[in-house]
Amino acid sequence: MAEDVWILGISMTKFGKHPGRDHVDLASEAALAALADAGVGIRDIGVLAAGSLTAGSSSFGQQIQKQIGQTGIPVYNVANACATGATALRVALLEIKAGEADLGLAVGVEMLSGAGLLGAPPRQDKGGAWTPTGRFGAITPLEGRVGTDSMPGVFAQIGLEYGHRYGGADFELFARIAEKNHAHSTLNPLAAYQKRFTVEQIMNDVMIAYPNTRPMCSANCDGAAAVVVVSDRRLRTLSPEQRRRAVKISASVLTSDPWQEACQVLPDVNTLTRQAAARAYEQAGIGPEELDLVELHDCFATAELVHYDNLMLCEQGGAVDFFNSGATWRDGRTPVNVSGGLESKGHPIAATGIANIWEICQHLRTEAGDRQIEGARVGLAHVIGLGSACGVHVLEKAAS
Amino acid sequence: MVDRIALVDYLVLDDEPHLVAHECEQCSARYFDRRNACAACDNTTFRSVDIPREGTLYTFSIVAVAPPGVPVPFVAAIVDCGGTRVRGNLVNIDPDPEQVRLGMRVRLTTVPLGADSAGVEAVGYGFEPA
Ligand SMILES: [Zn+2]
Repeated sequence: MAEDVWILGISMTKFGKHPGRDHVDLASEAALAALADAGVGIRDIGVLAAGSLTAGSSSFGQQIQKQIGQTGIPVYNVANACATGATALRVALLEIKAGEADLGLAVGVEMLSGAGLLGAPPRQDKGGAWTPTGRFGAITPLEGRVGTDSMPGVFAQIGLEYGHRYGGADFELFARIAEKNHAHSTLNPLAAYQKRFTVEQIMNDVMIAYPNTRPMCSANCDGAAAVVVVSDRRLRTLSPEQRRRAVKISASVLTSDPWQEACQVLPDVNTLTRQAAARAYEQAGIGPEELDLVELHDCFATAELVHYDNLMLCEQGGAVDFFNSGATWRDGRTPVNVSGGLESKGHPIAATGIANIWEICQHLRTEAGDRQIEGARVGLAHVIGLGSACGVHVLEKAAS
Repeated sequence: MVDRIALVDYLVLDDEPHLVAHECEQCSARYFDRRNACAACDNTTFRSVDIPREGTLYTFSIVAVAPPGVPVPFVAAIVDCGGTRVRGNLVNIDPDPEQVRLGMRVRLTTVPLGADSAGVEAVGYGFEPA
C-alpha cells in the first residue's frame, strides 16, 4: 500500500447567495483559506485539481491559478456530477500516492442561486414534422411524458421504492428526516439556511415531487470549498501544530454504477454506494459502528433514508427503524448531517464533496464550535452524482 | 403514407399497442434505447422482444414542479411488466397519493399527443389502473 495521505488544510465559503462575485472569486477565496489553514503557500503545492459544472470553461483550474499563483504545476479540470469535489480531492491524493507531488490542492465551486430545477432539460417542441431523434427515436422531449429525469422526482421514486420494499416509510417519515437536518443547521453559521421547521410546516410547504416538498430538497446556492492534502513523508517535516491538526484520510473510494437490470430505467443509487462503503470500511479497517459522525448526500430527504442502509449504518432494510430510534440526531448513536445537510447547508454541486469532508474535519479537530460532536475521532463523508458516481471518504483524527 | 407516429421507437402501434425491448442474445438483459453493446455482458447482438402490457406499480412520484412547458402535476412511475421495469407516466388516475398505491395492477394505454403540420398524429403511452 502506498503511503498515507493527510488533510493539512481545508475550508469552505459561506454557502448561500454571493451576488456580484463570480466562480473565480469564490474558488480563490476557498483556495487561499485552505492554504492559510494548512500553513503553506501556493508555491508549496505540486498539483491542482479544480471542479465546477457551471463555470463554463474547460480550463477553470488555470483561471484560479491566475488569481492565486501561476507556478507551472499540473492542473486537472475535473467533472463528475455531484461527486466532482470528491473526485478532485482524489485526483490530488492519487498524485501524492503516485509520488509525483507532496502537497496537492483541490477546489470545487458552483454558482447556483436561482438555478431552478436541475437534471431536466427544458422542452423544445419544434414546428414542422414529427422527427424521431436520439437513442429512443423520440419525436419530442420525454420529460413529463415518459416519467421524469428531474432530480426531485427521481429521488422521490428511489425513496418510495425503499419504503415499499421494507415498509414504514411514509410522507411524514421523510418530513421528519428534513426536520432533523433543518434543526441541525441552526448551529452552522456557514449554512445557506439556518431555519428550524416543524414537521407540519415541512409537510405543508410547496410540493415539488411527492413526497419531497421544498424543505426536503437540497438548496441550490453559491459556494466553494477547498482542501490541501499532504504526503505522510512531508507531514513529518512540518510543525507540531500542523501535525496535530492534520486529519488522516483512512479511506478514499470512488465507484460507478455496476450493471443492474433496474438501473436501466431508474438510476440505482444503492448498489454503487453500498460497494463504495464496503470498500471504504475495508480500506480504513473501521466498521460503521465506530463512526462518530456521518455527512451523507441528502440531496432529498428520500435519499437520506436509503443511504442509512447503503452506508451500512443499520442492517439491510432497517433504515426506518434506525431513524425512528433517534440514532441520526446530533445526540444519537450515529449523528448524520450535523451540518444541516444539503437540505439546509446547501448544495453548490462541485463544492459539496469537499464541504462534506470539511464538516467532518471540523469535528475531528475539535473546531466545530456550537455543533461540536464531543470526542469525535472518526467520521465518514459521502457524495453521489447521477449517473452515477459515488465518493466515500473515511477520516480520522491524528493520533497525538 | 404514415398517418400515425409513435412517441418513441419502442412503442409499437398496432391493434394491441405494446412496447418492445432490445434483448441481449447472450444474457437476456433488456434495453429500451439503442445500445452499442450489452452493459451487462459486452455482447453486441440483440433480438426484439415484446413486453407484457400489464404490470404492477413498482414506484412513483407525483411531480408538481417541472421545466417550462411540461404540464403538471403528472405521475411519474416505474412499472414492473413481467420482470422488466418500464418507465412511463401513470394516466387516467387522480395525481393524488391516496389514489396511487404501490403494487397496484396497471396496463398499457396510448395517449394522443396531437398532429404535426402534415397532419400526422403522434401517439404516446402511459399506464392506467387495470
Ligand atoms: Zn448481455
